[in-house]
This record gives sequence, structure tokens and C-alpha cells, in this order.
Amino acid sequence: MSIPNDLKYTKSHEWVRLEDDGTATIGITQHAQELLGDMVFVETPKVGRKLKQGEECAVVESVKAAADVYAPIAGEVAAVNPDLESAPEKINQDAYAAWLFKLKSVNAADLANLLDYAAYQKILESEENQ
Amino acid sequence: MKATALNQTHRDMQAKMVDFGGWDMPLHYGSQLDEHHRVRSDAGMFDVSHMLALDIKGEAARGYLRRLVANNVDKLTQPGKALYSCMLNQEGGVIDDLIIYFLTESHFRTVVNAGTAEKDLAWMQARRDEIAPGLEIIPRRDLAMIAVQGPNARAKVWQVIAGSQAETENLKLFQAIFFGKYFIARTGYTGEDGFEIMLPAVDAADFWNALHAAGVAPAGLGARDTLRLEAGMNLYGQDMDETTNPLESGLGWTIDLKSDREFIGKQSLLEKPVAQQLIGLILLDRGILRSHQKIVIQYDANTGQGGGEGEITSGGFSPTLNQSIALARLPLNVAAGDEVRVVVRDKMLRAKVVKYPFVRNGKILV
Repeated sequence: MSIPNDLKYTKSHEWVRLEDDGTATIGITQHAQELLGDMVFVETPKVGRKLKQGEECAVVESVKAAADVYAPIAGEVAAVNPDLESAPEKINQDAYAAWLFKLKSVNAADLANLLDYAAYQKILESEENQ
Repeated sequence: MKATALNQTHRDMQAKMVDFGGWDMPLHYGSQLDEHHRVRSDAGMFDVSHMLALDIKGEAARGYLRRLVANNVDKLTQPGKALYSCMLNQEGGVIDDLIIYFLTESHFRTVVNAGTAEKDLAWMQARRDEIAPGLEIIPRRDLAMIAVQGPNARAKVWQVIAGSQAETENLKLFQAIFFGKYFIARTGYTGEDGFEIMLPAVDAADFWNALHAAGVAPAGLGARDTLRLEAGMNLYGQDMDETTNPLESGLGWTIDLKSDREFIGKQSLLEKPVAQQLIGLILLDRGILRSHQKIVIQYDANTGQGGGEGEITSGGFSPTLNQSIALARLPLNVAAGDEVRVVVRDKMLRAKVVKYPFVRNGKILV
């Protein structure tokens, strides 16, 4: 399974990319979209909402199930992906391109708690073996 | 986990497998939505071999079934004719829903749900011992069942089973026939035309592969559920079970209270008040309806109060309508055209009450 190695990950299957301008882009992983199957609804947080690390802030729903999305790091919602309201299937097509929301004023220290590529890969392998 | 004769075939087709009531079954083969659309527009096939066929053999078969099930088997006069029915307990709760085929006066065949098969068989044997001790009830795990569904489904089957067209093209809905090693029934669980076909399990993989080669798309349990929901067909365990009244579950049309036949559960049903109905919902706001969500009727946004409650029994995304739909159990004073609220997480989403089915034969009806 492809996992980009320039991102940070959570155990709850979100990815984060710290951008050059200090903002962070957040989505769900390829593994998460595979588990959920065809996406049919995405609810993103309101722009301006301040999130704590680990706070429930979005919902992705597939034909099969609803899944909560948690803020991987603290910050203020700066933007949400406008494409996903009408085309949630973009997450299935490319989970690392179909970002959910962007955070500004992020707490960069929170990144230290997240998983790197290798650690996330290990989590996926242990889930596979369950 | 239990596996059907097609288990390896599903895996070879890259199916995503899931545990479905103890059976290792395909959820989808890539995209559940694509499979849904293929069935509505062309032809798809489902492995339903996890369901159990039972042959009921003996002179007392019809008399036994008269007592065992809530629909009236005396409607079955022509060999091959099928009947959908509930099997009730003494309290009038639904043990299972099933299809009964009349083959001869001493041979009926019934198909029961996978998750309830053992419970059903135990119940049927115990009632047999009381009602008709000599009757044979024979589980047919040697058979596989494949449902081929969609507007082009029958034509694809005719391509694959040489000579079957002449014998089956005049089969009416809910009618079945033996053709060689096949038992071909014009039934289904999708709201589309098609066949449900039983055949020896050892021949299932070859038949499946031949259908695939003829252009029939494999479809998993995911699409099966969205198709049946659009078609407004009940799912056992969600829309009805042993604790619910079938008359409050949209099954009144299958319960024969008119004849003087004394079927199990009849007296209880006659004594029970009917206060609810099963009716359809279409979500007006953005979101997805799911089973067990609470419904508030006559909602007053100023007070935050409602005039009654209900519950979604089956909900989901309708690929054909491209919005969320549900079957819901609601008080009798709710009618098609009303607007209700559904509690989804922290929101009160608006939904319109409609009569189901939502979709039949590829056409949207709501």
C-alpha cells in the first residue's frame, strides 16, 4: 500500500502536511478510504473554528459507515476543501490529494506526537494481522 | 468462518470480504456504487449461497405450512409458484421471512436467511414434530444460489444456459422451474427483473465465471443492501425481528388474517394494537440516514419539542436518487408528504415522508 513519506499520520488514520507558509493540510489516509469504501458525504469544520489536538471536527461517510475525523494537531480552520461537498468520491480517487481542511496558527509542537511513515506502516501491518 | 462454494472465486476477483453473520462474504469487488448502477442499468450477480434452501417433503407438507407461516400457502396452486411469507412465533414476532416454492403436493422448497438458518431449522423441526411427525425437512447445503439481476439479466442467463430461454422466458414473476441441474426462479431482492438460480454447489464456480464472461458484473452485499433499500424490501434483523409486530413493519400484505386458517402467531397479532407503520423517508438536508437514528415528528423549531417519535430501521445512501433514503417506523398519524426531523449526531435534519418503493425497474418512483 502506498504511503507518502513526507507526511505525518495518526492512529485514527488522518494525514497532515506542514506547508512552507506554516499552515497544515489535513486529510484521511488511503487505508481509511479503503476501509470505508465509496464515499458519499463529507462534513467539514467551519472556517475560523479553533481546534484542539485530537478534537472531533469532521465526518466522512461512505455507503457503509460514518467515521469521525479528529484534528491531528491544534490550530484554527483556515479553509475547507470546496470540492468534497459535491464530489466526496475524490477521496476514493486520491486520498492524499483530496484534503479535508487546512489549519493556521498551528501548534507545531503537536507534530512531535504524530507518526512518521514507518510508524504508520507498522500500525497498518498490525491491523492487517488482527 | 463459513464459506460458500464461490469463496475462492470471489477472492480471485479481488472481492473485499467481510464477516456476515459468520459467513465470509464479498462486500464489493472494488466499488459498491458501480455494482449498484450495473444492476439497475444492465446485469449483476450475487452469491446468495449463504442463505439456506430447505426441502419439505411428505404428504402433509401443505397442511404443515398452513400452520407454520403467516401468508396463505393455499395461494400456491400452480407448480413452481413462489410465496413470500413471515414465520411467526406464538407472540406474533417474526422468526424469519422466507420464500416458499410449491413444487408438488409432497414437495415444497423454502429459502431462509443465513443468519437465522439454524434457529429456523430448529423451530421448523419442533413444529414438524407436533404437526406432521412424518414430514421430512432436508437442508440443501449441497446447492449454491446465484441471483442474476437487472434489465439484461435474463438474456445473459439464456446465453449461458443453453436451451433455457424457451423454457423460462414465459415464467411469470414469482414463478420457478427446474431446467436440467438448475432451479430457475423469477425472483429477486433488487427491484429489477432477473432470476435467482440454484444449482449443485460443485458447479457454481463454472456457472459464475460463465456469467461473468457473458458480461454480468459481480456484485457484493453492499450493493445488495442499497438495491433492496431502494426497492423498499424489508431486511430481517433491521426492519423486523422477533420483537416487532409485522403489521408495524410494512408486512401486512403478507399476513393472511382473512382466512380461518390458524397459523402460529395469529391470535397474538389479532390482540395486539397497531400503533406504528413502516414508511419511507428522503433526506432533504445534507447527510446520511442510518438505522436506529431517532425521528421527531411535528417538530416545533421554537420550542425544540416534537409531537411524537419514531426510528429509522434501515437507512443509507441511495445511488439512484443520489441522496439519502430510509425505511422508518413512525406513528400512524404520519403520512406521505409530511416533513419530519431526524436526529443525526448534534443536528436535526429535515426529511420528507414518502411511500416506498423508491425505485423499481430502473425508475425513480418518489
